[in-house]
Amino acid sequence: MTAVAPPRTATPARRKPRLMARAPQDTPAGFWTYLFLAVTLLFAAFPLYWMFVIATSNDEALAKLPPAIIPGDRFMTNVDEVFSLQDVYFAASLVNSVIVSTVVTASVLFFCSLAGFAFAKLRFKGSSALMLFVVLTLTVPNQLGIVALYIVMGKLGWNGTLLAVIAPGLVTAFGVFYMRQFIVNTVPDELVESARMDGATTMRVYANIVLPAIRPALAVLGLLTFVATWNDFQWPLITLSGTDFPTSMVAVSDLASGNYVIYRRVLAGAFIATVPLLVMLFIGGRQIVRGIMEGAVKS
Amino acid sequence: MSTTRAAPASSSHRSAPRRGRSGGDDRRLTWRNRLYRFDMRYMPYLMIAPFFLLFIVFGLFPLLFNAVVSLRNYRLDDPTLPYWAGFANFSKLVGDEDFWNALYNTFGIFLLSSVPQLLLALVVASLLNRRLRAQTWWRVGVLLPYVTPIVASTMVFSVFFSRDFGMANWVLGLFGLGGPDDPIDWRADKLHSWIAVATMVNWKWIGYNALLYLAAMQSIPRDVYEAAAIDGAGPWKQLWRITVPMIQPVVLFTVILSTIGGLQLFTEPMLFDPNAQAATGGPNGEWQTIAQLIYKVGWKDLNLGYAAAMSWALFLIILIVAGINYVLTNRLSGGRK
Repeated sequence: MTAVAPPRTATPARRKPRLMARAPQDTPAGFWTYLFLAVTLLFAAFPLYWMFVIATSNDEALAKLPPAIIPGDRFMTNVDEVFSLQDVYFAASLVNSVIVSTVVTASVLFFCSLAGFAFAKLRFKGSSALMLFVVLTLTVPNQLGIVALYIVMGKLGWNGTLLAVIAPGLVTAFGVFYMRQFIVNTVPDELVESARMDGATTMRVYANIVLPAIRPALAVLGLLTFVATWNDFQWPLITLSGTDFPTSMVAVSDLASGNYVIYRRVLAGAFIATVPLLVMLFIGGRQIVRGIMEGAVKS
Repeated sequence: MSTTRAAPASSSHRSAPRRGRSGGDDRRLTWRNRLYRFDMRYMPYLMIAPFFLLFIVFGLFPLLFNAVVSLRNYRLDDPTLPYWAGFANFSKLVGDEDFWNALYNTFGIFLLSSVPQLLLALVVASLLNRRLRAQTWWRVGVLLPYVTPIVASTMVFSVFFSRDFGMANWVLGLFGLGGPDDPIDWRADKLHSWIAVATMVNWKWIGYNALLYLAAMQSIPRDVYEAAAIDGAGPWKQLWRITVPMIQPVVLFTVILSTIGGLQLFTEPMLFDPNAQAATGGPNGEWQTIAQLIYKVGWKDLNLGYAAAMSWALFLIILIVAGINYVLTNRLSGGRK
């Protein structure tokens, strides 16, 4: 599309300056680039593939050399065992993970886009100071307050319930920051102003103008939030372990506890808990890639 | 009455609905006026309120309250102790061998994971920064580890790094290292367990960091490369002399991110241990990290006050290390012109 500009420094050299002068992103990838990328991809995918291999095998697959690399035929047997283990609550855990991730994602999308809109397009006292606060909290690792969070949840009586896992995730500073950036760049001031002139309230502007315009950003933030919430382990482990109400990550770790760990079960459970995310990556991969790359340039 | 009221707020008058009917309805007008003023003045605060309320209650308050807890005797198994502990938790920390051991492990694993992670990410990014067929799919592909739950991948790597039939030892055996006669016990000593845990961290984050670098690489002006090519710089030289200095802000960003994440490492060391519930990171704490020790002290030994003190120590350590890394990276990546 963008035609390569002819070399202005007119040295009609023999060493093909036109090719040399290309930026990397304009240079077609050669054999070695594809080869190295293919190897990279192999490394990225192999543990996932192998998880499936063991999830479909019997115990012997793990006790031989060279290691098994072809899937077996016992997937359903292993899955049955995982679901029927008494104190793991695997089926319930999948439902719980869906509930937690869905509620958290919906809440993050709503509250963060609302706040992002206010910071991007509305004038109010203290808005820049408050936005600075949001940016500063981006870097605070809130895992460090985990002890006090446990005490707070204890006072509320929420420990051991899904509420304890959901509540801390309902909003994120990153979400507000990301939404604000996107709205600043994509929603024209004039559009907001003219809607105002027509007597639209702020919420109506949000619903009728902002929301339709930021659908791509909602998709990105939604996918990133869902993945992060689904995969969260430390806090759910602390507040939910030992209950009959774990998330799927806690349930998978329960599969691996005990004196004698049966890895074909563990990996069958792990595989089931991973599949939803692989599906999301397959469907929304483009959005996830874009979200990560946009976040990089802006921050 | 209504006219005098409406007069100063002429702007609101203009934007009041012009739907024709009920123009003369005074009550309606004042109501709408009020609504309008409320909407302009207070609605923005209402819109940001949920974020701030939730964030303060579940994010900021716990962080600050942690400081109070760290000064208290907060044992879940012994509520009879005096309320305040003063700085007893902190002075205990200084002499706690477990803490120093965990700190040592955390730094060891951090070094083995962050440096290769970011260097390899740079290489992958420069590979992705070519004109590729099916470009999107390569980028999605390197994100496979990023979406995979750490819990799931750690289980796989735990099997890879088993002593007798592990994939890692088998592969090393192909190159004449270790081998089935003299297999490496990856859980027996610090260095090997650190390598195993660091491998998991590297696997997870290389693709993600590569995309961050790629984004920055693509915003480098093209004529910079033109000049370099005319100077005769090859691709490798271009990467180190042009690309890295040009994407330095993102490099700094990833260094800070991996410092914050790496020093709080929890899931990988936790589940690498076959006896994960104990949270000891190996029989003798070979790979127990600070985050893991905080979990053990708080929820296995039930000493929340001491765990809170440790969290604060970790917070300080993260601040210091992030600062040092910032300065170091700044020098290394920008200084070589």
